[in-house]
Amino acid sequence: MKSLSEIDTTSKRASKAAGFPWGIAEEVGKNMRLLEMFGLSGVKNLNKYLKDKKNKQFQKISLISVSNESKNIPYCPIIFGTNFIDQIKLIDLKNEIEILNLAYPILFLPFVSRASEIIGKKIFLKIDEKEFIFNFNQSIYSNYLRSEIIEKSNVVKINFIDNMNLFDENEWKELYKLSEDTFVDESETLKTGAAGAGLTDND
Amino acid sequence: MNIQLRDPKFVMKLSRLGSFHQSKLSFLRSFLKEFKKWEYKQNLFDLDENGYGRAVYSFSKKNKCYSLVCFSNKIRDEDRSDRVIATKWDAAFTLYDGIPSKIDIDRLEKNVPKQEVGRLSYKELTLSRANKSVRIFNHVVDCLSEGHQPDKELLSEVGYLYRTTAVYGSGKFGLADRFRLKNRDEICGPFRLEMMLVYLVRQFTFDQVNHIAKNRNPKKSVKLDPEISRNLGIGNSTGLGMAPFIVNHPTLLNNWIYSREEALKNIRKIENVKEEDSALFINCLKKSIKNITSWNTDSEFQKAKISKLISDLNKLTSFLNNFSFKEKYPFNKLYLWIEDNLGEECVEYIVSMMLEPYDKIVDPLVKQMSSDEEKYFNIPGDKTILDLRTILEEKYTNIIKIDFNKKESNENFWFISKNKEEPRLANRFIEKGSQLEQPLAIARDIKKLYERISNEKNSLKIGKFLIDNNDLRHVVRRAFIIEKFPYSEIQDNTIGSNLMPIDMLRLKLSFFGAVKFDPRSNKWLRICMFQGAPLPNELKNFDDYWVYNSLN
Repeated sequence: MKSLSEIDTTSKRASKAAGFPWGIAEEVGKNMRLLEMFGLSGVKNLNKYLKDKKNKQFQKISLISVSNESKNIPYCPIIFGTNFIDQIKLIDLKNEIEILNLAYPILFLPFVSRASEIIGKKIFLKIDEKEFIFNFNQSIYSNYLRSEIIEKSNVVKINFIDNMNLFDENEWKELYKLSEDTFVDESETLKTGAAGAGLTDND
Repeated sequence: MNIQLRDPKFVMKLSRLGSFHQSKLSFLRSFLKEFKKWEYKQNLFDLDENGYGRAVYSFSKKNKCYSLVCFSNKIRDEDRSDRVIATKWDAAFTLYDGIPSKIDIDRLEKNVPKQEVGRLSYKELTLSRANKSVRIFNHVVDCLSEGHQPDKELLSEVGYLYRTTAVYGSGKFGLADRFRLKNRDEICGPFRLEMMLVYLVRQFTFDQVNHIAKNRNPKKSVKLDPEISRNLGIGNSTGLGMAPFIVNHPTLLNNWIYSREEALKNIRKIENVKEEDSALFINCLKKSIKNITSWNTDSEFQKAKISKLISDLNKLTSFLNNFSFKEKYPFNKLYLWIEDNLGEECVEYIVSMMLEPYDKIVDPLVKQMSSDEEKYFNIPGDKTILDLRTILEEKYTNIIKIDFNKKESNENFWFISKNKEEPRLANRFIEKGSQLEQPLAIARDIKKLYERISNEKNSLKIGKFLIDNNDLRHVVRRAFIIEKFPYSEIQDNTIGSNLMPIDMLRLKLSFFGAVKFDPRSNKWLRICMFQGAPLPNELKNFDDYWVYNSLN
């Protein structure tokens, strides 16, 4: 088994060799480490993408907008991802972001996972029918478990999830009430000796 | 009294970093302190009469256990090489997480002796190999088998029976990744597992010579005197493989240096120094002189440094004759005097000594010397060019003054050798391959970044600046790291013609706790580790000042 450290170093060097600058190669190294740790097929997709990159052209994006479409050639997932993470705090998180025609979308996922941590919000992402929830770069929840190469996605949609609980107030109250059974009633004597007792609070 | 941390622009010059010495913060000392209460055991010792075979040693406590698995092999003299290109070694080692089964040991025997071309698993933590110092090893075996102890003078010339030529960890060749281990308190300090491996290897070398001698002459042989054993360490040959580490791990570098600087600052701030503390400082200083006078090297570079160190120590002795630790803030006064009057080698030597009496200051800092590097990897895209410019002007003041149009500022380049996947340094005007340069020319690229942003609007966000400037992304990242971690960057040009790469090696090795740096060129050196350290069966009566008690 390859260690994550080996995956990081080799992916970084391979990306540099394929023409990316060192700073972006560093991003790819860290991303492959993340993908493999989360059980997604990073190395497999990167290997194929870097091979394709020798002969095929990929669209480079500059500014991320609400709708991003590359009509002729697909977007490069690494350049798209790098810009996404660099600009994440400049993006209006209320909007859904749409990416049409993104190559090797699996390689874009770790950028989104890291972005979730940067903005402190969960992110929901859909690659065609495959769904992913990114939890602050701590985990990725998905209905997609296959280890395969995905060369292209038609539509990727990204939604930023407002920080909110997944339970209602009534459920919380019931749980809280049960938790109160661990508390002990205080005697009057103890109450008179508690912090602040016996002093005027108007000093 | 308002005493500040020393300025990173002063501390982080390579010549100063290359003058650092071992201290109470050093990893081999903090390792011994942490493991002194662990149970040491020789679990297996299955060597033939010539000392070839397998052995296992362990440290355990409650349900935790770390085991060194050793394989000793016969090699021909002509195959013995300390160079990283070697493929055979006298012995090979791995540190196993837990107690290895016979199946594990059989698996490891097929892989560990192959080192870089073998495969390890997440159950193995570190990997190493070592060669005998043949002259010393044979002398010791000959003497012991004849019933007498070896010549101490000869031993002190070398200081060890075996020399390691590499110690690998952190996921190399399939070893366990750091994330698997990072929540274990006992190994929270950097390189603690590497230190454990080297320490247990040292014991193996003693057991091996005793074993061979006994087999050679069962009736007459004697065991190596523990006093002599204690004064032997493990040698190490270190080349350029170590140098890029300190550039590639900026937050870790910061945490090492910051700990030392914070300790120094707090010691200088002590208004009234207790008599026992000043006495301990003086005592360590006096005893440590043995370390200097027995420091042998053929390197003219190091000889000059040692000579200056000795002459500075004489000056210091005269100064201390008229110095009273009863004055207010005596360590601050002493520090200011040494900085004004002595050279870098001696200043940093005394700084190390100053830490000795102060466990209360040093011990909490030991726990802060690791780094969760991933946390600081992201570039803050919402910051502005003004933020970046301010960082570059404040933190890289001297770097941005370097003229990289001059040939001598650009003379070298760092690359990874195809033969052994190890970092190397070469003259870019003579050797081929500079187009494959590693991103280690930080000063040059920071200067380039500074020039690139000169015409950019202050309000431009970094996230937008990077769209067209990703070729400098690696140094933009570093700039935002140095903003938070002031000691994260070497304040020198690492590709200039006057670069002494061994300064980078020595910095790292001093934090390991190595002594007697012996440069063999400007690109590699030999050192000794654990010389004078208590033997494993003596650890329970551990004396933290062993490094000064027993050095020869």
